[in-house]
Amino acid sequence: MLTRVRRWGPGLLLISPSLLLLGVFVYGLIGWTIKVSMSDRHTAAESDGFVGLSNYVDLFTNDINGRFLHSLRNLLIFTVVFLLGTMLLGLLWAFLLERGVRAEGLFRTVYLFPMAVSFVASGVVWRWLMNSGQGDDAGGLNAIFGQLNLDFLQNPWWTDPEWGMVAMAVPAVWQLSGYVMALFLAGFRGIPAELREAAAVDGASTFQLYRRVLFPQLTPVALSALIIVGHMSMKMFDLIMSVSGAQWLTEVPAVYVWQTLLTSDYAKASAISVILLLLVALVIVPYLVQTMRTERRS
Amino acid sequence: MTTTTTQRTSPPAVAAPPPPRRRPAAGVVGRTLRYGVLLLFLLIVLMPAYVLVVTSFKSGSDIGVNGQWNLPEQWSTESWAKAWEALGPSFVRTFQLAVPVALISSLLGAANGFVLSRWRFPGADVVFTLILFGMFIPYQAVMIPLRDVVSTLGIAPGIPTLIFVHCVYGIPICTLIFRNYYATTVPVEMVEAAWVDGAGLIRTFRSIILPVSIPGFVVAVIWQFTSAWNDYLFAIFLSNTRNGPITIALNALAGAQSPDYAASMAGALITSLPTLVVYVFLGRWFIGGLMAGSVKS
Repeated sequence: MLTRVRRWGPGLLLISPSLLLLGVFVYGLIGWTIKVSMSDRHTAAESDGFVGLSNYVDLFTNDINGRFLHSLRNLLIFTVVFLLGTMLLGLLWAFLLERGVRAEGLFRTVYLFPMAVSFVASGVVWRWLMNSGQGDDAGGLNAIFGQLNLDFLQNPWWTDPEWGMVAMAVPAVWQLSGYVMALFLAGFRGIPAELREAAAVDGASTFQLYRRVLFPQLTPVALSALIIVGHMSMKMFDLIMSVSGAQWLTEVPAVYVWQTLLTSDYAKASAISVILLLLVALVIVPYLVQTMRTERRS
Repeated sequence: MTTTTTQRTSPPAVAAPPPPRRRPAAGVVGRTLRYGVLLLFLLIVLMPAYVLVVTSFKSGSDIGVNGQWNLPEQWSTESWAKAWEALGPSFVRTFQLAVPVALISSLLGAANGFVLSRWRFPGADVVFTLILFGMFIPYQAVMIPLRDVVSTLGIAPGIPTLIFVHCVYGIPICTLIFRNYYATTVPVEMVEAAWVDGAGLIRTFRSIILPVSIPGFVVAVIWQFTSAWNDYLFAIFLSNTRNGPITIALNALAGAQSPDYAASMAGALITSLPTLVVYVFLGRWFIGGLMAGSVKS
């Protein structure tokens, strides 16, 4: 016992500051936010009357113009397009690169470079590219479509009241497809060469090789990618703030929190934040638990 | 590899591809198609970069609706000067933010990672999972009380506050990077030998582990530098254009109702330059951080 203390006591000492900080700043503050979300602190003035879950209920049933539900709908459209886009492009790029092509490094470097840029910076150029003007007023991508006689492709981008969020996901796909490619490429390269050889010996065609042997091996990678990109999507804030600014058309919960704070409605902002946290936890917690279990087994 | 959480610091994506296999018949058509598609996507991905560079060198009168996609008629650095005037001070402040964040976070991560990679106390997995969860949370869920707490702690607003916050919320990812690095790269025997020689945990860490930790540090430093440099969420909640980092200043420059696009794009390039330089020259390790971010690789 004493030797154990002597051996590991300093270890505990070494990590305790970090554990303390995370305990307070992650879990403590989440608890605090939950407490505020159940209070009636709707103005800058301090107030901590307990109102239970009524702030949450109000969001779903009593929000002006159904604003919260509108932001959830926007988030859903954005997430679907974002996930589909990054997964398809990421898989396609990895597939094209996996057997080794000339200048592979160049392709990889270019496909992945948007990851190094902030959404705030790329938002500047995407705002310009997704100019909503059409016809003679066309700008950005619409102008290029006009020059190429592809006028039918001209569209109002994110200013479309119904499907604007589809356009808003385009820059996000541009930014993160390379990341998904890197994950898939690592997945491809992690498949033992014997599997390919065995398939070749069995006379499998290239199509069968991918369909029956390689793609099934990538399922865990695909799941990781879906979860990582999916949870990023739920938190999307920077991109929307810099492309459209905070406005009704493109509002998602993360932006709604910010807008609500500007009006000093702390209780409502906290309630939205907690729902956002729950959405993220719903996908992340099972993923972490599963990962830890698999690790312990190996 | 896909079923373990081990993460190689020189990531698999960079590992050499298997030797190209000879494919007879469909070879030429297939290869042409492959390169054609790859090149097409190369151009599409680079297209925003082209627009940024070209527009940033146009002068005010050169940006009309016509010829938006053309090269500038006259290459002018006027917009760059204007952007630098707006962003210069915050550019310096962002270095003052990102460099300390990168160093402090990495040190904390190395200490935690070492202990957690070697110390299998009961419930270690639960503790580690709880640590990791911290890197996935939407920070809005802590932001409201966070503002009060940092001011109560007496941390000066602006950069000092942001340094503190980035260091705290950077602990999970840095711990993960180092834990995986130590678990896979540093042999157990090395540590055991030190203990047999009577070295304590702290001394083992300082004189045996730290010297072989350089690759882990490169990954963690790059990751934290990039995150702090590119951060907008903490910045907008906890600072303003006078004391905040460059993302806030860029947003103020570019976010106006009818922005000066040439200056905005020069500004976006100035903002991206440091992280792009890091990416181009240290890409290998940048990808290492990306891979760690998915917990397993």
